[in-house]
Amino acid sequence: MKVLRDFLDKQKPHFVKGGKFEKLHSTFDAFETFLFVPNKVTTSGAHIRDAIDMKRTMIIVVLALLPPLIFGIWNVGYQHFLSLGMPYDFWPMFSFGLIKVLPIVIVSYVVGLAIEFAFAQSRHHEVNEGFLVSGMLIPLVMPPDVPLWMVAVATAFAVIIGKEVFGGTGMNILNPALTARAFLFFAYPSEMSGDKVWIAEKADAYSGATPLGHLLVLDVDKLPSDWSMFLGTIPGSIGETSTLAIILGAIVLIATGIGSARIMLSVIAGGLGMGLLFNLWGANAYMNIPAYQHLIMGGFAFGTVYMATDPVSASQTAKGKIYYGVLIGMIAVLIRVFNPAYPEGMMLAILLMNVFAPLIDHYVLQGNIQKRLKRAKLAVKA
Amino acid sequence: MQELFNIFVKSIFVDNMVFAYFLGMCSYLAVSKTVQTSVGLGIAVIFVLGITVPVDYLLNEYILRPGALVWLDKSFSDVDLSFLSFILFIAIIASMVQLVEMVIEKFSPALYSSLGIFLPLIAVNCAILGGSLFMQEREYQSIAQATSFGLGSGIGWFLAIVGIAAIREKIRYSNVPGPLRGLGITFIITGLMGIAFMSFLGIKL
Repeated sequence: MKVLRDFLDKQKPHFVKGGKFEKLHSTFDAFETFLFVPNKVTTSGAHIRDAIDMKRTMIIVVLALLPPLIFGIWNVGYQHFLSLGMPYDFWPMFSFGLIKVLPIVIVSYVVGLAIEFAFAQSRHHEVNEGFLVSGMLIPLVMPPDVPLWMVAVATAFAVIIGKEVFGGTGMNILNPALTARAFLFFAYPSEMSGDKVWIAEKADAYSGATPLGHLLVLDVDKLPSDWSMFLGTIPGSIGETSTLAIILGAIVLIATGIGSARIMLSVIAGGLGMGLLFNLWGANAYMNIPAYQHLIMGGFAFGTVYMATDPVSASQTAKGKIYYGVLIGMIAVLIRVFNPAYPEGMMLAILLMNVFAPLIDHYVLQGNIQKRLKRAKLAVKA
Repeated sequence: MQELFNIFVKSIFVDNMVFAYFLGMCSYLAVSKTVQTSVGLGIAVIFVLGITVPVDYLLNEYILRPGALVWLDKSFSDVDLSFLSFILFIAIIASMVQLVEMVIEKFSPALYSSLGIFLPLIAVNCAILGGSLFMQEREYQSIAQATSFGLGSGIGWFLAIVGIAAIREKIRYSNVPGPLRGLGITFIITGLMGIAFMSFLGIKL
């Protein structure tokens, strides 16, 4: 530790104003604060003493993402060997999954961080930690057999158009990871839908459709059992399959107060409510799917816990969060049932509500102002 | 009834004037700086679309389309006046906008001054003329269908402009790169909103 500190202190003069590498200041700063708690003290204005800063927040989210990631790695191997019909053991499955998943994670981080650093240099702001989370979310919403160049293109699109043009971390209007996924979905539809990429190196004759893919063609009989959908031993995007692993992550997020439990609960309530409504209607087989199954299929759980709760693109007000969440749940189930073009409604529902979140906040604020004005007037009268 | 409801929902979300056809962009980009004024303009557009589309429907049905004039005389059955539709539709739209303008000036002078030139410019807003032309092209069967299409399109446009106005209010203090400030970033936001609205694309009603 001390060696590292001494080394950094020795290099520091080169990077401050007037030094040799003055231009690279933000790069140096990023590494220094990554390794050590910064000792900067603000000189004016309000002070809040707290151990938490953006870096710790982001690291906790990354920790909460570990259960789905580890399960996803195992599941990629499991699906591969299952499709070949070979006997399987834990370690071969895990290492196969690792070989498939690790490159996607690396590509996403390298491309995204390179762009972040480039923007930070040229615009003279500090490198922010937001991408630590986005860079982990992007691989988790990718199908396991996605070509690596696609991951790179999607990451670049999400970071540049989705985030940096708005001024970097904390300013984006759409969730960057979902922007990347939506970009791939609309730019390369033939790769992303159908049963092509969902199982890594599968045997040719084996159908690799996801549960939602089966539903799309109304193969209700081919649905896996509730239990395997809950555990996650089904084809799907790397991180989204296991509801159990996602619940573990959700517990971490809620216990540390970083993910909004309010949003998560209202998304679940919205999805369940809409599902029950369709059950009552019951005009076709898709509407008759039990409401609870919507929660464990596809990306619903993953979106609820990690995407909808993104503090930047979600609603900011307490009341707004409830409307925002309920609408996400409702629209997700609505798109699944009504839109034959898109089997997965969660991604688009969250993006749509990201767009309208500022509007919800605006009206919640206005409502509050009106209420208080009325109260003030009454007080004056009395 | 079912049919009317389908047309209404479809014209709000699936065939949204802004995100599916990119119509009415000029006032959409220019007046979306604050939520309050964009709500005013949005309501004006709903009103104008809701009136002009059914009126133009009657015009099309009884004067313009091929054989529409048979109610005057049997010998007119091969008369086709549809080459006049642009100029007649525009005339109807312009007079409706004039009406709206007078009403707003009377009842809300503040909104009138904040909308400025864009209020009379609704007359040449392509979303309005587009509404009438879509009505003609899609051959709606009754005046009720045309009305629900007009109102739905107006509400879709209203949602789009109010949504982007709230986003623009939110990013007012963002550190957007210099060359993109103002209109540039608004175009990018519109594109991203378009991606989100693609969720409804392909829904069959």
